Amino acid sequence: MTSTQVNGNVPAFLNENPKDRIVVLGVPLPLLERVGLFVLLAAVVVLPMVYDGYDIYEFGKILMYMLAVLGLNLLTGFNGQFSLGHSAFFAVGAYSTAIMMDQLGMPYWTTIIPAAAVCFVAGFLFGLPALRLDGLFLALATFALAIATPQLLKYDGIAHLTGGVQGIVLDTPYPPAWIDSIVMSITGEELSVDRWKYMFTAFVAVIMFAGAWNLVHSRTGRALIAIRDNPLSAKTMGINLAMFKSSAFGVSAMYTGVAGSLFAIMDEYLAPESFTFAEAIKFLVGGVVGGIASLFGAIFGGWFVLEIPNIADLVASSLADYINNPQGLTGLIYGLFLIFTVYVMPMGAAGLVQILVHRISTKR
Amino acid sequence: MDLFIEQTVSGLATGAIYACLALAVVMIYQAIDHFNFAQGEMAMFSTYIAWYLMDDAGLGLPFWVAFVACIVLSFIGGAAIERIVFAPISDAPVLSHIIVFIALFSMFNSLAGFLFDFTPKNFETPFGHTPFIDGVISSHRVGMIAVTLILLGLIYAFFRFTPIGLAMRAAAASPESARLVGVRVGFMLALGWGLAASVGAVAGMLIAPITFLTPDMMLGTLLYGFAGAVVGGLTSPLGAVIGGFMVGILENWMGTFVVGSQLKLTVALVLIIVVLLVKPAGLLGRVVVKRV
Repeated sequence: MTSTQVNGNVPAFLNENPKDRIVVLGVPLPLLERVGLFVLLAAVVVLPMVYDGYDIYEFGKILMYMLAVLGLNLLTGFNGQFSLGHSAFFAVGAYSTAIMMDQLGMPYWTTIIPAAAVCFVAGFLFGLPALRLDGLFLALATFALAIATPQLLKYDGIAHLTGGVQGIVLDTPYPPAWIDSIVMSITGEELSVDRWKYMFTAFVAVIMFAGAWNLVHSRTGRALIAIRDNPLSAKTMGINLAMFKSSAFGVSAMYTGVAGSLFAIMDEYLAPESFTFAEAIKFLVGGVVGGIASLFGAIFGGWFVLEIPNIADLVASSLADYINNPQGLTGLIYGLFLIFTVYVMPMGAAGLVQILVHRISTKR
Repeated sequence: MDLFIEQTVSGLATGAIYACLALAVVMIYQAIDHFNFAQGEMAMFSTYIAWYLMDDAGLGLPFWVAFVACIVLSFIGGAAIERIVFAPISDAPVLSHIIVFIALFSMFNSLAGFLFDFTPKNFETPFGHTPFIDGVISSHRVGMIAVTLILLGLIYAFFRFTPIGLAMRAAAASPESARLVGVRVGFMLALGWGLAASVGAVAGMLIAPITFLTPDMMLGTLLYGFAGAVVGGLTSPLGAVIGGFMVGILENWMGTFVVGSQLKLTVALVLIIVVLLVKPAGLLGRVVVKRV
C-alpha cells in the first residue's frame, strides 16, 4: 500500500503542510527556503576562490562552530533536553581524531567517520542515565561533566595518549595530490593549505547540515519534536521515548564531536584548556542567539560566537586608555547578548526572521 | 593512620566551604525551584569586592570591617539581581532561566578579570596560617569551620524564630497561599537571593586564603557545593550542610587513597550523577511527587 492511497481518504487540507500556504512577496515560503539554502551553498563554494590565508581560516572556523551549535540545537531545540556539557563531546571528537592521527598514523581525512562513531556512542551512553533526569537535573549533570572534562583530559593515566597538559601537535593536513593538480590545471597556482582546510571543513559541514535538515524534516524529526512538546502524548502515539531520547543525545554528541575533529585538524594542535566550560558557554550562546530550534539559526550562531571576540578586541583597542584587561570583554558581551535574547527575542535571530516573514507574507 | 586522621580533619575544613555553598544553592532552589549556576561566580565576585575594600591599593579597611561590608554589599547585589533580572522572567520556561544563569556566570567571571585583572591575588586571613594542631590542621582551617558553624546557627535561628524567616519559608513552600495571607512573595524572593549571595560571599572569603583569589577559583568549588546539596537533599538546608561536610571528607579520602588528586572533580561528577539516579531526594530531602 502506498502512501497516496492512504492519503486519498483524508481531505486535501489535512495533507498539506501549513507552511506551504505561506507566500512571501509572491514567492511560496518553502521555495524561498530552498533558494536560501542554495544561495548559502553557493557562497560556501565561492568563498575559497575569493579569500585566502587567515580570512578563509576564519570562515572554516565559522562552519566548524556552526556544526557544534547544530549539535546542541538538535538536542535542546528539537528534543527539549538541556546540555551545558557539550564541550565534553567536542573534546571527545577532537581527541579521537588527534589520537588516531598521532598514535595510529591514520591520515586526517579517515578519522572523521570513526570519531563521529565514538562520539555517537559516548553521547548515547551519557544519554541513558540522562533519561531519568529531567530538565534542570540534566542541566546540572551536564554542567558537572563540562567542569570535570579538562581535569580528566590532563589525567596522568591516559597522558601517553592525550599528551597530558601539553596536548598533542598534529601533522598539517596537506591537500591530496590529485586535488592539487586539478586546482593547478584550472587556476595555474598551487592550492594553499588554508584554502584546503576550509574546503575540507566545508565539505564535511555541508554533508552534515544536509543530514540534519533531512533528519528534522523526517518522521524521526517529528517524533523528536513531539517528545519535546509533550512527552506523554508522544509516548501514547507509540514513540519509544528511551530510544529516541538517548539516540538524540548520541546524534547531538556526534555533530558537536565532528566539529571537535575539524577543530583538531584545522588548528593542528589541541590541549585540555580548549575544552573548558567556557567552550560549552560558547555553544549555548551560539544556539540561543541564533535560535535554538532552528537549523539556519546554527549558521548565524556559529558566525556570532566567532565574531564576538573580534568585536570585543576592536572595542578594547579603541578604548585602550581605559581598559587594562580586554580579555574580560568577550564574556561580558556574551552574557549581555544572552540576557538580551531571552528578554527581547526568545526564539533568537531565526525567530526574528520568522516574525518578519510572517509580517510581510500573505496566505494563499 | 595519621594520614587518615589528617585527611579527615582537613576534609572537614574544606567541607565547611562546600556546606556554605550547598546551603546557598539549596536556599535558591527552595525559593524558585532552580539551581543557581552562577552562585560560585557571584561568591567569587563578592570576594574580589572584599579584597578591594581591604587592599592597600583599594580602601585599606581592616579585615572584619571589610568582611561585614562585603556581606552587606553582596546581600544588596543578590537582591538586586533577583529584582532586576529574574523577576521579569519568573514565568518563562526552564531553559530561559538556565540561559540567564549561564549569562550571569559568564558576566561575573569576565567582569572580575576585567576590573581586577587575571593574576592570582593573596587574600588575608584573620586567623593566620600557624598550625593549630601540629601537622593536622592550621588555624585558618579551624577558623573556617568555626565561622561556618556560627553562620549555620544564625541562619537556623533566623528561619526558625523570626517572623520574617517564617514568611520566607511560607513564600517558598506555597507562594499563592502566602500571598493570600499577606506575605509579599516577590520581596521574600529578593530577600532569599540576598541571603544566598551573602552566604556565598562568606564561603568565598573563607576559601580565598587557601586557593588564592582568581576569577576561576570557584568553578571546582561550586561543583562540590552542588554535590553536597544533591547528596544532602535539595529540599533540606540541614541536609545540604551535612552533605557539604561529607563531600569535603569524601573528596580528601578519594584524592589521597583511591584516585589521586587529578580526578577529584570527576569524583564530584560521578557522585552527582549516581545520587540523582539512585536516590534523587538525597539523605534528608523530601521525596517530591509530581502529578502528571
